[in-house]
Amino acid sequence: MLYGTLLVVSLYYLLPLYVMVVTSLKGMPEIRLGNIFSPPVEVTLEPWVKAWAEACTGINCDGLSRGFWNSVQILIPSVILSIAVASVNGYALANWKFRGSELFFTILIIGAFIPYQTMLYPLVIILREIGLMGKLGGLVLVHTVFGMPILTLLFRNYFAAIPEELFKAARIDGAGFWGIYFRIMLPMSLPIFVVAIILQVTGIWNDFLFGVIYTKPDTYPMTVQLNNIVNSVQGIKEYNVNMAATLLTGLVPLIIYFVSGKLFVRGIAAGAVKG
Amino acid sequence: MESARKPLSVFKNLSAKIASVPMILTALVVFVGGTAWTVLHSFTGSRLLPKLKFVGFDQYERLWSTRRWLVSIENLAIYGVCSLILTLSIGFFLAALLDRKIRGEAVFRTIFLYPFALSFVVTGLAWQWILNPDFGIQNTVRSLGWQSFTFDPLNNPDIVIFGILIAGLWQGTGLIMVIMLAGLRGIDEDIWKATRVDGIPTWKTYIRVIIPMMRPVFITALVLIASGIIKLYDLVVAQTNGGPGIASEVPAKYVINYMFRAQNLGQGFAASTMMLVSVIIILVPWAYLEFGGKKRD
Amino acid sequence: MDTNIAIKNLDLSFGAINVLQDLNLDVAKGEFLVLLGSSGCGKSTLLNCIAGLLDVTDGQIHIGGRNVTWEEPSNRGIGMVFQSYALYPQMTVEGNLSFGLKNAGVSREQITEKVAQAAKTLQIEPLLKRKPRALSGGQRQRVAIGRALVRDVEVFLFDEPLSNLDAKLRAELRVEIKQLHQTLGNTMIYVTHDQIEAMTLADRIAIMKGGKILQLDTPNQIYNRPANKYVAEFIGSPTMNFFDGTLSGTAFSCPQGDFSVEGYEFAATPSAGATLLGIRPEHILTGDQAATAQVRLPATVDLVEPLGSDTLVRCDVAGQSVWARLDGQTPIEPGADLPLGFNANLVNLFSKTSENRL
Repeated sequence: MLYGTLLVVSLYYLLPLYVMVVTSLKGMPEIRLGNIFSPPVEVTLEPWVKAWAEACTGINCDGLSRGFWNSVQILIPSVILSIAVASVNGYALANWKFRGSELFFTILIIGAFIPYQTMLYPLVIILREIGLMGKLGGLVLVHTVFGMPILTLLFRNYFAAIPEELFKAARIDGAGFWGIYFRIMLPMSLPIFVVAIILQVTGIWNDFLFGVIYTKPDTYPMTVQLNNIVNSVQGIKEYNVNMAATLLTGLVPLIIYFVSGKLFVRGIAAGAVKG
Repeated sequence: MESARKPLSVFKNLSAKIASVPMILTALVVFVGGTAWTVLHSFTGSRLLPKLKFVGFDQYERLWSTRRWLVSIENLAIYGVCSLILTLSIGFFLAALLDRKIRGEAVFRTIFLYPFALSFVVTGLAWQWILNPDFGIQNTVRSLGWQSFTFDPLNNPDIVIFGILIAGLWQGTGLIMVIMLAGLRGIDEDIWKATRVDGIPTWKTYIRVIIPMMRPVFITALVLIASGIIKLYDLVVAQTNGGPGIASEVPAKYVINYMFRAQNLGQGFAASTMMLVSVIIILVPWAYLEFGGKKRD
Repeated sequence: MDTNIAIKNLDLSFGAINVLQDLNLDVAKGEFLVLLGSSGCGKSTLLNCIAGLLDVTDGQIHIGGRNVTWEEPSNRGIGMVFQSYALYPQMTVEGNLSFGLKNAGVSREQITEKVAQAAKTLQIEPLLKRKPRALSGGQRQRVAIGRALVRDVEVFLFDEPLSNLDAKLRAELRVEIKQLHQTLGNTMIYVTHDQIEAMTLADRIAIMKGGKILQLDTPNQIYNRPANKYVAEFIGSPTMNFFDGTLSGTAFSCPQGDFSVEGYEFAATPSAGATLLGIRPEHILTGDQAATAQVRLPATVDLVEPLGSDTLVRCDVAGQSVWARLDGQTPIEPGADLPLGFNANLVNLFSKTSENRL
């Protein structure tokens, strides 16, 4: 009974993945004839190749690979910058409180609840003023800004849980703000950095909204390009290619999810419990 | 001697202050400044470019007489209520199942949670395909011999929002399950022992003892789901792009359309301000209940 | 007295809460001073102020004749040992000992030399390449002391260094710290809530309460001539017995009896009025000694706590409980009559209104 329920529920969760995989391995004639749940009679990898290298968005027909590389170029600096900034912020908030620091932090946390829509346009203006609108650098900045509340909270709580006496001992030993950060705190905080990296890699890779608004077609991240390929109204719908493209886009976070396992759970739980 | 004097308070802790500049700028310029700017400009007649030509509440009057906005609000309300109730109950139900000391817990948890790793775009496209009337569930059931079977939510304006709901639940319930499971694991084993000794049935223990004890977890989950609902955008864009017609429009999409597609900034600002107001209406009572009276740390 | 640390009119407040109020304290060079008090009395706060880990609200701190009130902790010539040891977990023992020297820009040869010397003093040479988590509690605390030792500082600050250790190890390390003080001759300020540590280690004890020093004196004086009722109750276990009565001249009368306190050393000219008379359990006499004591009280045994070395007895004296410490060899049962006695030179008289010593 217990296991029966669990199995039925598991089916609901597994079905879409299964359907995507089998569809992406079928040829179009087979899709038109059969039903989407039947396994492929003739396995073909052609849809995957096509999705990666030939699928069209508008006039460009170089496949999802362009979006993939754009996403990689967005992802790496965004993850590094957002975590670097937030970890230092969290450290300052936990160990070097100054007048007003808690106020700014409170604003930051409340800001996490403000709908992005009210801040989208002002950010357009800011990015335009500093010459980063439509550029990858601009999107990196946006990810750093919107990743800040949750990451700062994560790091602040982690650093605050490190015994204060350790920090005091380091000050007696003559280490300053950066000395303590790099020599004492960083080496002790590997797990939380891994959690933050998982959180940011999946979050930034999966982003669609900021990609649509702050980049141009040739710098679109993978999610945006995927949507444009699948939902383009021109041409014949190639469902197998679409599903291959969808799977390709989901592959990076899925791999991270299956590899990191418990840490992923810890990351979202940490992110969720106080966010 | 220099150290004998109290240093100027500005220079005290200087490194920490410099290091906090990004946080301070984000908090003040983007979060406070940006929000205030948008609210201010929602009272202007800005179209292609933001202009400070005030028109009072005109944008709001137009907003509330636009059918597209009303549909968006209605959709969000339906999606919101259903999503809240179903995500909470399914999330708790799954967590309670996994908490019964079953074998293969890790496998089931992995299965329930993996959709959460996927983006809304991927989720939307996957379910768009499964719900496709010509190839998906409807076609499969018909081919099994039940010719009159109809299940085509994505092309039926009356139920399209439920088609999106199915996908949303698939993506988001895993997260709530994980949070609920953590909450259940936080409950003292002795509570279960005590109810066993007292002879209270399991279902009753859950309702009368466990759920009340998990109040903070439920509140966290509630806030989480609620803030996710208001952001609902990517899923709709990918799954239906607001269609058929405008049947599955949502506020977030309305804002983006007016701001960046229809070049009617004032409308977009007014709509986003309404989103902000609704968040405040939800959050303020919650914050008051949670933190009211108590000093925040 | 060659003053090494001088604290002048120190105030510290967090918002509206005053943690330290107008606190003055002089510590002599080479002195072992213990700050003693229950939790929340401000003793650790004071130590953190001296270390420069907390910014004071008002007042001054001088160390070695230098005003260091706003100096960085590392520039104050202090070393500090913490309750949780606070060893850097990712560094070896050697790394822990040398971290401060590296920050101070000391040359490599000198670091090696000083670390070796400190390790020798503390007998932790075989541990130098280990990480803190591979050490026992006692070893960790030795390393923590070593970290202060290598820095060649004049002043050592200890913040409840033995509280995380079990009783046996605590007694051992207590002896070691005392030994270390005798060898090095540094000024040491030691915070604890444990009165045995305070009594055994200190040259002088400062008893603190509510951010103020209630009494600053030698352990002997603190024990024998507590300045007020709080100090009298805080030191000694079981706690001092009190009789609530009135004093007129040297005549004390209370419900348990009237007697003379002739022979008591008054701190000032005695004043008549409501008075508390305190007598420590170990100063209460029984048997033959009670019969010849200056004050004699009939009593009934109520409860017996044998400790082996001695026996604690709770007696009922006309409706009041009085604790007495008896020789461990005397057989005694509850319900037995036990006449008690004491001499006035060992009593403590406190004004009932001010609670100060008379």
